[in-house]
Amino acid sequence: MIRVQNLSKSFGPKIAVNGVSFTVDRGEVLGFLGPNGAGKSTTMRMITGFIPPSAGSVRIGEFDMIEQPIPAKRLIGYLPENAPAYTDMTVFGFLNFTAELRGLRGEEKKKSIHRVVEMCFLETVLYQSVDTLSKGYRHRTCFAQSIIHDPDVLVLDEPTDGLDPNQKHEVRGLIKRMGEKKAIVFSTHILEEVEAACTRAIIIDRGQIVANGTPFELKQRSDVAGAVTLRAGGVNGTTLGQKLSQLSSARKTTLLKEESSGVTARVFPQPNCRNGDLARGIYETAAREGWKIEELHTEEGRLDEVFRSITMPDTVREEQK
Amino acid sequence: MNTSFGNIKAVAKRELIGYFSSPVAYVFLTMFLLLSGFFTFMVGRAPFFEFGQASLVTFFIWLPWLFLFLVPAVGMRLWSEERRLGTIELLLTMPITAWQAIVGKFLASWLFLALALFLTMPLVFTVNYLGSPDNGVIFCSYVGCLLMAGGYLAVSCLTSAITRNQVVSFILSVVGCLFLILAGFPPVTEFLSKLTNTQWIVDGAASLSVITHFEGFQKGVLDSRDLIFFLSLIGFSLFTTGVILRGHRAG
Repeated sequence: MIRVQNLSKSFGPKIAVNGVSFTVDRGEVLGFLGPNGAGKSTTMRMITGFIPPSAGSVRIGEFDMIEQPIPAKRLIGYLPENAPAYTDMTVFGFLNFTAELRGLRGEEKKKSIHRVVEMCFLETVLYQSVDTLSKGYRHRTCFAQSIIHDPDVLVLDEPTDGLDPNQKHEVRGLIKRMGEKKAIVFSTHILEEVEAACTRAIIIDRGQIVANGTPFELKQRSDVAGAVTLRAGGVNGTTLGQKLSQLSSARKTTLLKEESSGVTARVFPQPNCRNGDLARGIYETAAREGWKIEELHTEEGRLDEVFRSITMPDTVREEQK
Repeated sequence: MNTSFGNIKAVAKRELIGYFSSPVAYVFLTMFLLLSGFFTFMVGRAPFFEFGQASLVTFFIWLPWLFLFLVPAVGMRLWSEERRLGTIELLLTMPITAWQAIVGKFLASWLFLALALFLTMPLVFTVNYLGSPDNGVIFCSYVGCLLMAGGYLAVSCLTSAITRNQVVSFILSVVGCLFLILAGFPPVTEFLSKLTNTQWIVDGAASLSVITHFEGFQKGVLDSRDLIFFLSLIGFSLFTTGVILRGHRAG
């Protein structure tokens, strides 16, 4: 549904987005990650046709955003950054206005407004002026606007920004459910959100795509991915390290914490070791030596670590030294 | 065509709701009526009652000056507010063209100014009660006023697209409208002729004067040149507004 090719944008000498390409199909939820100022919002503004790209193209469905902006825009619902809304209108007035611009009239318009008001829990503030709303309500009002015409493509710039944890959970659920039938792109700083709602994630840094894959694939790029963390009693750190280093599947053992009650350690696998081999080996060693295992699990990898090592490679390397 | 009319209507409706749901509309209407009444009846060498004629000349003569401040006050928020709130991003990613948004907003404010002018109708009844004025002239003057308000408004629309600060937009638009008034005044024309010494530049500048073109209407003459002047002023300013808005987005 969304096809972005070689998209670039420069503001004067500053290059904000540099040769970004990706596609999003129906049924996909794409998470757009990146540090502040990486070009997320600029990319989204180009996808929705707010700013023209310096180079490259955007196709929405079968329409090119530059050649046929109106039919292309018809397919998109857009929640801009900071959820702007006309402060001098009521929530109903605002939704009514956006419904009219979307070409909805009469009974159809009424039904659409009713639907989004219910979906976004806006009943209690429906006739309240937008400038008296709390941030969460204002955000939901603008979100309601973006889905009022039940679009095939949804572009959401930080949809959970400024919401409380319950509302965040609600919005993630909504995105996930809608993602089954639509093509959705959303940007966020919150990495759990990517795991909770996305089928695929892109990390963008300094205007370029630096990683593209499912959340699981991205996590695999983490240093700790595949490592086994264990906590055991009845053994001291040195012995535990010695014994575990003898395992053929282990590459390295690091002690995380040593207390009188027990030791917490992380064992990293050999590069070509099969899934589960390492954990089994550790378990067998522990049984043989009589350690009391309190915890044993294989790490999936951590997205925040991947994110940091990709977008700030220099600092991460410094820290590791 | 049908959808573009619908879009313009939707934008215009929103803009009008915006005026009336804030104090802007009421303050403006009150001030306009008070000030225009004050100038008509109290100020000048021969105000309304001393003028000795059943006519509204004493009313219309002040309007180019009154509008100089009041019309920019109406127009200053048109685009600067959209940019300040960020709603311009919503508006221009809707399936409407930029010119539909521009025209819709302009028409809404123009309609609002027309309402303000309409509320001065008691003056017409008064002067008809007191004597027998030439109602053709009065009608013609009203048409001229409306066109002049439209011209000023289009200039305000343009300046409001330049900045997201309403005060800056107001000042720029007052200066722009002031130029349109003064362009035909002797001090300005003399200054220009000294400066350039070319007659066509002086004449060209003088023909930009709103006053010259408004005078015809006040005499009851509907001259096509005056009509074309105001309409092309509106057209040019709105077109430039579109260019400026596109410039902001292109970065």
